[in-house]
Amino acid sequence: MTHRDAKPVRIESMSKSYGDFRALDDVSLDVGAGEFIAILGPSGSGKSTLLMTVAGFIRPDSGRIMFGDSDVVRLPANQRGFGVVFQNYALFPHMNVLENVVYPLRVRRVPRAEARERAQLALSVVKLTGYESRRIGELSGGQRQRVALARAIVFEPKVLLMDEPLSALDKTLREEMQIEIRELHNKLHITTLYVTHDQREALTIADRIAVMDKGRILQLDTPENIYRRPANEFVARFIGEATIIPLDQADRLAGGALEAVPPGAHALVVRSEDLCLAKPGDARKSFTLGGTLHGVVFQGDSWLLQVDLAGGQPIIARAQKNFSAEVAKLVVGQGIQLHVSYDHAHFI
Amino acid sequence: MAIAAEAAGRDLYNRAGLARDARLDLFLSMAFTLPGLAVVAICVVIPCGWLFYLSAFGPDGNPTWDNYRRVFTGGGYLRVFLTTFQVSLATVAACVITGVPFATFINKLRQEQARLFLAAILLPFWTSLLVRAYAWLVLLGRNGVVNTFLLSLGVTSDPLPLGYNQFATILGMTHIMLPVFLLPVLGAMREIDRTYMQAAAGFGAGRAFAYRTVFLPLALPGITAGAILVFVMSLGFYVTPAILGGGNVQVISMRIARSLTNFSNWGAASALGVLLLVATGLLFAVSYGLRHMILSRQRR
Amino acid sequence: MLDGFRDTPVLDRINWFMAALLVAFLAAPSLIVIPMSFSGSQYLQFPPHPLSLRWYAYFADSITWTHAARASLIAGVLTTVVSVPVGAFAAYGAMRLGARFRLLVSSLIVLPAVIPVILIAIGLFFVYARLNLIGSMLGLVLGHTALTIPVVFVVMSAAFGQFDRDQERAARSLGADWKQAWLTVVLPQLRGPVAASALLAFVTSLDEVVIAMFISSGESTTIPKVMFTSLRDEVEPTIAVVSTLLLFAASLVVAVVLRKGSAVFKV
Repeated sequence: MTHRDAKPVRIESMSKSYGDFRALDDVSLDVGAGEFIAILGPSGSGKSTLLMTVAGFIRPDSGRIMFGDSDVVRLPANQRGFGVVFQNYALFPHMNVLENVVYPLRVRRVPRAEARERAQLALSVVKLTGYESRRIGELSGGQRQRVALARAIVFEPKVLLMDEPLSALDKTLREEMQIEIRELHNKLHITTLYVTHDQREALTIADRIAVMDKGRILQLDTPENIYRRPANEFVARFIGEATIIPLDQADRLAGGALEAVPPGAHALVVRSEDLCLAKPGDARKSFTLGGTLHGVVFQGDSWLLQVDLAGGQPIIARAQKNFSAEVAKLVVGQGIQLHVSYDHAHFI
Repeated sequence: MAIAAEAAGRDLYNRAGLARDARLDLFLSMAFTLPGLAVVAICVVIPCGWLFYLSAFGPDGNPTWDNYRRVFTGGGYLRVFLTTFQVSLATVAACVITGVPFATFINKLRQEQARLFLAAILLPFWTSLLVRAYAWLVLLGRNGVVNTFLLSLGVTSDPLPLGYNQFATILGMTHIMLPVFLLPVLGAMREIDRTYMQAAAGFGAGRAFAYRTVFLPLALPGITAGAILVFVMSLGFYVTPAILGGGNVQVISMRIARSLTNFSNWGAASALGVLLLVATGLLFAVSYGLRHMILSRQRR
Repeated sequence: MLDGFRDTPVLDRINWFMAALLVAFLAAPSLIVIPMSFSGSQYLQFPPHPLSLRWYAYFADSITWTHAARASLIAGVLTTVVSVPVGAFAAYGAMRLGARFRLLVSSLIVLPAVIPVILIAIGLFFVYARLNLIGSMLGLVLGHTALTIPVVFVVMSAAFGQFDRDQERAARSLGADWKQAWLTVVLPQLRGPVAASALLAFVTSLDEVVIAMFISSGESTTIPKVMFTSLRDEVEPTIAVVSTLLLFAASLVVAVVLRKGSAVFKV
């Protein structure tokens, strides 16, 4: 079942409009062979539209989908050989588990014995051995998801497309499945496009993340880079918590201590957990932002600090558990200094 | 960059090709509907169109408005119109009077009980119109069930003329139209959020008051839709009035049939047909407009 | 009843009584034809007296009635066979079209159900007279098909509306072409609605009076036409026999379909 010849996929200038609404606006995306790319964005961003276009269920207005050397954009969905996992699984209720998984092989006229063997192999990969004769209605959400997965990989597709496959599951199961999907990918190395609106999920599961909004890709990068160096305000706000301060104000607040500001930057971006209550080691490697403490909220694994910066902007800082002692000493309404290490200061 | 390449004549990003594919898709979808549309065109649109055309010609083949003139001035026709309207209105009234309380009742039932009643309502749909007409004759005839029953009890000394008249016709038509009325009304009532009535009760309203001021107004669009539907369908009835009226009740459809079979008067038949069609169309338009009006008034 | 208002047990009981009465009014009258069919006398008389099967025998011997029965059955089956695929495909095509087109197509296809039947009947009579189709089974089936297509269309449109289109997409993504997807995924799940529309189409054709009145004659004369003329001219108990048989036929088809298919209409 290991995929010997994973191929790259290149989406070029994909556009799709519904009347005046631009669902996809000249989107281009290069997916490396065997790479796992998460397409992340809010609802209406065009992420599902993009995936469905690659799958062949939505016809774009223009664009190319280069798979290897050939353009498949005008190929009907059943000839593209891409595996698709749908949000609601789309399992066939009138067939049992085995019949569902065998279906793509049956369509390809694979002899029955071989098809059965391959289906059972796929089921073992998703850890559902023994479930062959179960009816779909008897399965739990997580089990259905695995069957959908098995069905999508049993015919060794060249590309795997997943449309928010875990969004219907509860939190613990979702996190479990995320790891399993990642492990599956490590084993099979199928080029994968994975749509999600959950940023934690994208950070966990992907080699690279494409952040989308309003039909465009705003940033395509590794999870770490997306998190540490967001390209613009939208990405900064969509992933993790961020404090964004217009550059001139930031400069004033920091007392002119800002360093290495790239030309053309207009704002400072700092993650909430990087606004610290204490100086991080060497004084020269950080600057401070001053303000008034507005509120303190306990949130289990961290403290949420509501601070009004001098100058009026309300921001959020996050203090981890190990700062409990310092937090206990805080009084609402007091002046407060938040320390930011230069490593954590990012400019857009 | 893409635009420049296209301008150079090469369909580099498939815009033209994809547009062609989309048109093919549309064509295929329409192709699916074509056989159905063809049958309707052949059996309904063309013949009715022909009728429209025919109604404007006299028996000698020359164009004339005579057919229509005769309809509006000839006494016989006017009476037919009156009878038809009378019978239809009575049917609608009967349906509303019996149907609205019945629907209210069913609406309050639990699922299983409601299902039973719904089955009972839908059952008559399986029964042929003729069978039902015959059954009413058996029930209402001079030697029929009702009369035999009344005579044996000594309530009456002579059999009552219950059949072969307008009463029997209206009764028969109500019997047929009641399920048709109930379905849209039940549908509308089911849409009404139960919390509205609960709120009314919370405010101290009595059941009757709450029903009159909260429930009925909300159910009105559905009731109106059902009523107009019944009216329009009643206008076009043929079988039930023909059998239960026993020749004493002449409705438009019967007159149309008679013009053809007895007098071969295509002009009259088609003129009447056109008028019936126009009336049907107008009433549907009115129904749509009324519902729209009631709904928009409620939304304010 | 716990609906927030004062309890009115007496009123509730009256309501139930009235409701039961109404149900009896709706469902019961047709049943009266069954005992009537066993009447031994020549005239309409209740209660039927004496009881005998003579009118059943008369029916079985009568060429008019038996040939009409055959014509009705043939017309019914042919109508169903034609209108179910045509109507189902039309519903599928309409579903795939954009909203504007769908409205247009739906309005047109539903036309025969909305226009008074008498108009369709005389229109067809006029056209058929010129094409020499009066009295032909073809003409009759065509006319009945026009009447039943709206029914099939509405039922199948509702079915397609509820159908999860992702399943069709899943089948195609797994490699199935249009025909395979239909046969293996879509149709097997639409058994109920297809059976329901077939049933409705058959019963509609079987009971259809007005169009048959005008365009069926000779060998294609249907039971309803014979029944209608008989009812108008002279009410003989054979009609009770025919009515009972029709009731029986319709109930049989319903029972068979209900047994084979599960929930057809979600109440």
